[in-house]
Amino acid sequence: MTNTDESAGPISKMTMIEAIRSAHHVMMERDASVVAFGEDAGAFGGVFRCTEGLQERFGEARCFDTPISELGIVGTAIGMALNGMRPVAEIQFADYMYPGYDQIVSEAARMRFRSAGDFTSPIVVRMPVGGGIYGGNTHSQSPEALFTHVAGLVTMIPSNPYDAKGMLISAIEANDPVIFLEPKRVYNGPFDGDHDKPLVPWSKDPRGEVPEGYYKVPIGKAAIARRGDEVTVLTYGTMVHVAMNAAEITGVDAEIIDLRTLLPLDLEAITTSVRRTGRCVIVHEATRTSGFGAELSAQVQEECFYSLEAPIVRVAGWDTPYPYSQEWEYFPGPQRVADGMLQALKG
Amino acid sequence: MTVADLQSAGEARRPAIDVLAPEIMDMAFGLIRVLDDEGNPHGPWIGDLGVDELVEILTTMFTTRAFDARMMKAQRQGKTSFSMGSRGEEAIGAVTATVMGAHDMCFPTYRQASYLLGRGRDPLAMMNQVYGNAADENLGTQISGLYTSSEFGFLSISGNLATQMPQAVGWAMAAKIKGDPTVALAFVGDGSTAESDMHAALTFASTYTPPVIVAIVNNQYAISTDEEVARGSAQTFAQRGIGYGLPSLRVDGNDVLAVHGATSWARDRALAGHGPTVIEFVTYRGSAHSSSDDPTRYRPEDEFDEFPLGDPIKRLRLYLQNRGFSNDQANALDEQIRNMIEAKNEEAEAIGTINTGERPSLRHTFELVYETMPPHLIRQRQEAGI
Ligand SMILES: Cc1ncc(C[n+]2csc(CCOP(=O)(O)OP(=O)(O)O)c2C)c(N)n1
Ligand SMILES: [Mg+2]
Repeated sequence: MTNTDESAGPISKMTMIEAIRSAHHVMMERDASVVAFGEDAGAFGGVFRCTEGLQERFGEARCFDTPISELGIVGTAIGMALNGMRPVAEIQFADYMYPGYDQIVSEAARMRFRSAGDFTSPIVVRMPVGGGIYGGNTHSQSPEALFTHVAGLVTMIPSNPYDAKGMLISAIEANDPVIFLEPKRVYNGPFDGDHDKPLVPWSKDPRGEVPEGYYKVPIGKAAIARRGDEVTVLTYGTMVHVAMNAAEITGVDAEIIDLRTLLPLDLEAITTSVRRTGRCVIVHEATRTSGFGAELSAQVQEECFYSLEAPIVRVAGWDTPYPYSQEWEYFPGPQRVADGMLQALKG
Repeated sequence: MTVADLQSAGEARRPAIDVLAPEIMDMAFGLIRVLDDEGNPHGPWIGDLGVDELVEILTTMFTTRAFDARMMKAQRQGKTSFSMGSRGEEAIGAVTATVMGAHDMCFPTYRQASYLLGRGRDPLAMMNQVYGNAADENLGTQISGLYTSSEFGFLSISGNLATQMPQAVGWAMAAKIKGDPTVALAFVGDGSTAESDMHAALTFASTYTPPVIVAIVNNQYAISTDEEVARGSAQTFAQRGIGYGLPSLRVDGNDVLAVHGATSWARDRALAGHGPTVIEFVTYRGSAHSSSDDPTRYRPEDEFDEFPLGDPIKRLRLYLQNRGFSNDQANALDEQIRNMIEAKNEEAEAIGTINTGERPSLRHTFELVYETMPPHLIRQRQEAGI
């Protein structure tokens, strides 16, 4: 996890918010075409503070508040990209990206294809995702599958500050449109699903040690969050930490793979692990039916069928909108993930 | 914050309800005001509200303010996760609630608690929703403050901004098709006018001329963002309506008589078949955006005191004094309402809060997705152990 590239500069303790801010800073410093904007993203620095200080440092032309129009935010980002800039657009919550979805799906994703490479749309659209904050059905959604289903988009989701910064830098440099999902429940610390416990801050976690300068975590590369032999767990975002907790609760020697980029998928990391363990549990917060887990399950079955010793298990959100009062009965917490692991072991 | 071109009380004319939009374009740039700073009414928008009706409106405004303050306290005590108030904006909901008819429909934002209270909703029911407790008639589906009440003609509030606007127009189109004598009242915040839903709503309103009132509540802010970011190069929000050929008024939203006059005018127009009206209510968001917000980061703490249109409660009290309802009477009413809110809050807390007492069952979460629960949800519900 520690950085080996000395050019990345001294190490600081950072939350995921600070790491994302730092990625913006580094890139805006290096490349005058990088701009950042969104609702309340200017002087206020965004409702989660991910763009704090950017306007002060780089001026109102490069970091600014937008009117409340997600369609406008994504559409103008595409337009800026068409004119040589590298916009990093913030959608305040993923739950509010739908007015901009047409611009993402019909425009950004297909610009390269429909113009036969004549035009491209190198934008980054950042948005906080996931539950666990008592946000109800409009501040808790995990819409990753709505992006991974769209040809032409790169979809990424970090689980810790170090990755968040390195991945965002890769996203900004990418020449394809990148959907950058930020699991808001782990913005300030590695939430393991136990909501009664006080939050452990990132400053107490080695993954909160982040180089202050430029470095990249590549697109399309998964990470192994925990090595193990008994069962492979495929997961991402907040659920990486919940799965770690589940491994501890059960004592199951799980290999936990943090996918980091959902598309393009690091199939090699997945198949290498599943062929070895012979068992696979897929864990995500998003609803189960047609969730990203369905795609993972299909690919594992196609690639590892003869190594599998048990049916693939999916632990996911129930197929309902995200409730408010029932948050902790709804959230796929450590106990449900633990049960999933034990089920995969039993076969 | 900028409040362009204050007209003085009584200055704005009152056109006939069948007026055509081009004839009153100037009214989108003016400001309909009735009450002056001394609480005296002026001009053609005075109306005929009696003291009893005014005291009823004051009651709603007191109730809303006490309710908001109590729920914010509950949030600070960790008894609910979230709270949103409407301090300074209470007149708009409280007054329009008395103008709209029994079968009219309100398409609200989260800042119209005063409308719901003004229609007669029991604050206890709203507290139960805020706490998400076992008595929450919303069955725990929504965050605090996103009420629903078909009984009181109040659409379930969406967390997604401006989505209610084309829906209100559609509701009114249905009223027109069916020949119902009903009107839709749609609220949207200044910031939210930027959403494309607003353009769709105004376009359809312009094309089909249904009985709808499009009420833009300009409270100067959208979270940290000044209203001018959504307004752009336009002078006012009311001005938006002009481009769609809709009669558009700009109204002092902290002036109970002006709000009453303008809304009644728009409703009469709609009922007489003259179509939509756009109204910008100018007001001030006296509270933080929500319990998650810290407004000292982006605006002076005393800005509300400097706001040229004042505090709607103070202004109504002053006017009522001139009508013979004394300051002491108002204070007594206020105190009685605070005690009522305190008592109801105790009752609600006894039922449960976000972390105490009984909560709505997870069963509802499964049951509310479809009319009949499909097999896959039945399976998942069983897996969840309920
Ligand atoms: C589609 C959508 N985008 C963003 C948000 C986040 N959000 C919630 S309230 C708000 C500000 C709204 O401001 P305004 O319309 O002026 O209403 P006010 O809060 O001032 O009453 C924002 C950006 C949202 N709820 N929905
Ligand atoms: Mg506003």
